[in-house]
Amino acid sequence: MATEVAEHLEVHRHPEPTNFWTKYIFSIDHKVIGIQYIILAIVAVFVGMALSLLVRLRLVWPDKPIEILGTLFPVGAPEGVMTPEFYLAMLTMHGTMMVFMVLTTAPQGGFGNYILPIQIGAADMAFPTLNMLSFWTTFVSFVTLCAAFFVQGGAPIAGWTAYPPLSALDEATIGGYGQDLWLLSIAFFCIGSLLGALNFIVTTLQLRAKGLTMMRLPLTVWTWFVTAILGLLAFGVLLSAGVLLLMDRLGGTSFFIPGGLLVNDIPIDHTGGSPILWQHLFWFFGHPEVYIAILPGMGVTSHILATFARKPVFGYKAMVYAVVAIGALGFVVWGHHMFVSGMSPYSGFVFSVLTMCIGVPSAIKTFNWIGTLWGGKIRFTTPMLYSIGFVSLFVTGGISGIFLGQPSVDLFFHDTYFVVAHFHLIMGVAAIFGMFAGVAFWFPKFFGRMMSEGMGKVHFWLTFLGVYAIFGPMHYLGVIAHPRRYAETTSVDYLGAAGANEIHYFVTMAAMITVTVQCLFLINVVWSLFKGKRVTSDNPWEATTLEWVTATPPAHDNFEGRIPTVNHGPYEFSVPGAPRDYVMQCNAPDAAPARKSGE
Amino acid sequence: MALLLAVLIWIVAVGLAYPFIVDTWPLPDTITEHARQVDAQYRLTLWVTGIIFLLAQLALGYAVFKFGRNRPGAAAHVRGNERWEILWTTAATVLFVGLTFMGYTVWAEARFTESANRAPDEDRTIVEVVGQQFVWNMRYPGADGKFGPTKIELVDDALGNPLGVDRDHPDGKDDIVVPRMAVPVNRQVELQLKSKDVLHNYFVPELRIKLDTVPGITGTLRFTPDKIGTYEIVCSELCGLGHYKMRSFLEVKTQEDYDQWLVAQAEFLEQ
Ligand code: HEM
Ligand SMILES: [Cu+2]
Ligand SMILES: [Cu+2]
Repeated sequence: MATEVAEHLEVHRHPEPTNFWTKYIFSIDHKVIGIQYIILAIVAVFVGMALSLLVRLRLVWPDKPIEILGTLFPVGAPEGVMTPEFYLAMLTMHGTMMVFMVLTTAPQGGFGNYILPIQIGAADMAFPTLNMLSFWTTFVSFVTLCAAFFVQGGAPIAGWTAYPPLSALDEATIGGYGQDLWLLSIAFFCIGSLLGALNFIVTTLQLRAKGLTMMRLPLTVWTWFVTAILGLLAFGVLLSAGVLLLMDRLGGTSFFIPGGLLVNDIPIDHTGGSPILWQHLFWFFGHPEVYIAILPGMGVTSHILATFARKPVFGYKAMVYAVVAIGALGFVVWGHHMFVSGMSPYSGFVFSVLTMCIGVPSAIKTFNWIGTLWGGKIRFTTPMLYSIGFVSLFVTGGISGIFLGQPSVDLFFHDTYFVVAHFHLIMGVAAIFGMFAGVAFWFPKFFGRMMSEGMGKVHFWLTFLGVYAIFGPMHYLGVIAHPRRYAETTSVDYLGAAGANEIHYFVTMAAMITVTVQCLFLINVVWSLFKGKRVTSDNPWEATTLEWVTATPPAHDNFEGRIPTVNHGPYEFSVPGAPRDYVMQCNAPDAAPARKSGE
Repeated sequence: MALLLAVLIWIVAVGLAYPFIVDTWPLPDTITEHARQVDAQYRLTLWVTGIIFLLAQLALGYAVFKFGRNRPGAAAHVRGNERWEILWTTAATVLFVGLTFMGYTVWAEARFTESANRAPDEDRTIVEVVGQQFVWNMRYPGADGKFGPTKIELVDDALGNPLGVDRDHPDGKDDIVVPRMAVPVNRQVELQLKSKDVLHNYFVPELRIKLDTVPGITGTLRFTPDKIGTYEIVCSELCGLGHYKMRSFLEVKTQEDYDQWLVAQAEFLEQ
């Protein structure tokens, strides 16, 4: 094994680039690619937030003119008043932007790319050129998606789930090329993600440093690894589904369009397809996708909680098994998105039981996070605050899943704001807190400077309160049966009567404040790049894993040819008898006094 | 810092749970036995998850508070605790899976419509519900109790035939098509859900049920309303730009009022 690793090393060491283009743009260095993914996500998240503000504004003031909108979007917002189709277009693009371009890029392609090879003691990813291709394919996907705003007909209105026949038939919408571009974008995205997934899997299996057994991997690496497996199995399905739908739209096929439709009094000459088929394919991808978004955040959280509680991760093995269980179960619960589609009630029941089973490893993770804090000596750094915030948000978002996983209760809550609250808390903000934590934690390694703790803390307090203020009340909207994807509340009497407008008003206010607060994060990043306190050590957080033994920022080949040997588990904090309160993975075997067997 | 964070977590958790506890925004009214069973299942889930939620958030805050203050000595070098881990894994499994099994009969009630011991009532009221962008049409079979065939070519909104019912067919002659739904109280209703174009979803909050109307497929829902009144039917599956205004009404009437209503509709059809 040892010689094998050494050979790989030679293979994967590539000469340092000498010109700007190969160094920063078409780089094959995993570190540069990681940063590129993160920048892409930051751009996308600000676009996505701007879109969400438009959505929130229209919900509260459906017919109030906003002059600048009229100038920017003469069709979508004539005289500044957003049309219902404009609302849906913004909503669709918001969801797509966030789910794909943010939650599926930075956590895996960004942090995973940068950190994983270093944490396992590799000089780069297994396939550096493929890595570059993944990023640029994803970039093309992003550009294609943005183009949908500007084509005839504007952005698509069928939601991020793009259910046909609405998404398949131009007769049912204002038509145009928006939906086609959306599908193309998704197809590119799937390809980019598939390439990336392959790379992550091979790298993790093949390029680990000597002594780094699977059960010594940091939990971050475990989650990136399992995420990659999920991606490999899920994106292929979405890719095929997307291509089929594109064929239905452009090629006259009928995979998802049944016969005998009459849309807007126009007879449709498709026949024989099934709209439900799309739902199966989409959610076969879609449920694993939600874990693709959150697993890396879980890994980062476990990692950071241990580091700043100065304690080993509580139940490391259980954490690993839980991640694997979530990954496996994640492929057999997709039907819980379809309880109301008219599926056989027997299938519904099976999906329900399996869904509840997936709640169990999620609960294990939560308890173990609290267990990690218990008995620790907590250091309240900014990354730690974000990680503690993550745990709180994950609990809140996960709890509502227990309601939705029961078909009897879901028959009421499905497609209401209750679901919107659920998935935003657990997938949206929890995952984003994972990213905030990741940025704050690894920033000193990336750039050799610390981020401002002051700005970071203010940002944390305001954002933590802000996201609860936005998404908490959405549960109540669900309880009063407010359907989602409604451009306004005016056409249903019970909504206004039950107080929906007041809740919407509160949420919109909270959203405007919270979105503004996010500028503070951006300012902190930029300010710290130039003015942040320079790190005085390669290991400013006194952490244990391999990224903290490399130079800061790491050299082109990460370890300058001296790959460390791993002698310890990933979270050896506060080992009794050790000279310091942490033992790094690469420290000499006797750095930590031998433990009794059974450990 | 420790105290501040702990208190913040507690405030947020209790603040979020409080309106659920005092029912600030109550669920809509219930008009079927089934809806009340759903509510019972919902309340049970609320209790179970509510307790887990509060305990978890309180424990998180407490850990932050207790172990975040300066104290002498090192952090405990604890790698886990098998007993506790087994305990909470078992507890979570039993509770979560248990909830699904407890909700099983409620789910069966709503959807296992074909099973032998749940044979539909003989005297049920059958209504066909057809979604289209962005209106609902309800069809009653008329005196003969049979729906006539429909043809796309016959669809003509101006002529009052939005579904394309073949009026020359003996079964179709007396079919009544209306934009609102009326049903008699305390008798089983069977809905046959269809769509002309895209997906829609038939949702009446007071029934606690929703079902997609899928083009090409007929979905079935049965319920027995026991409260007279008018309730809103809202579309709950994104169907296009008018999704938010795709609404109709479900009127639950006394048997007499319902019969009169039917007669009036039939007379209207004659004209
Ligand atoms: C405790 C574990 C969980 C359970 C039992 C659960 C259950 C459910 C169920 C049953 C639905 C469908 C609700 C409906 O549409 O009526 C749902 C929706 C959703 N869940 Fe979860 N969930 C869990 C965890 C997660 C996690 C960890 C994520 C993401 C990181 C997530 C993201 C989503 C998303 C995005 C949707 C909505 C998709 C849409 O309709 O647009 N869930 N969840
Ligand atoms: Cu799911
Ligand atoms: Cu509709």
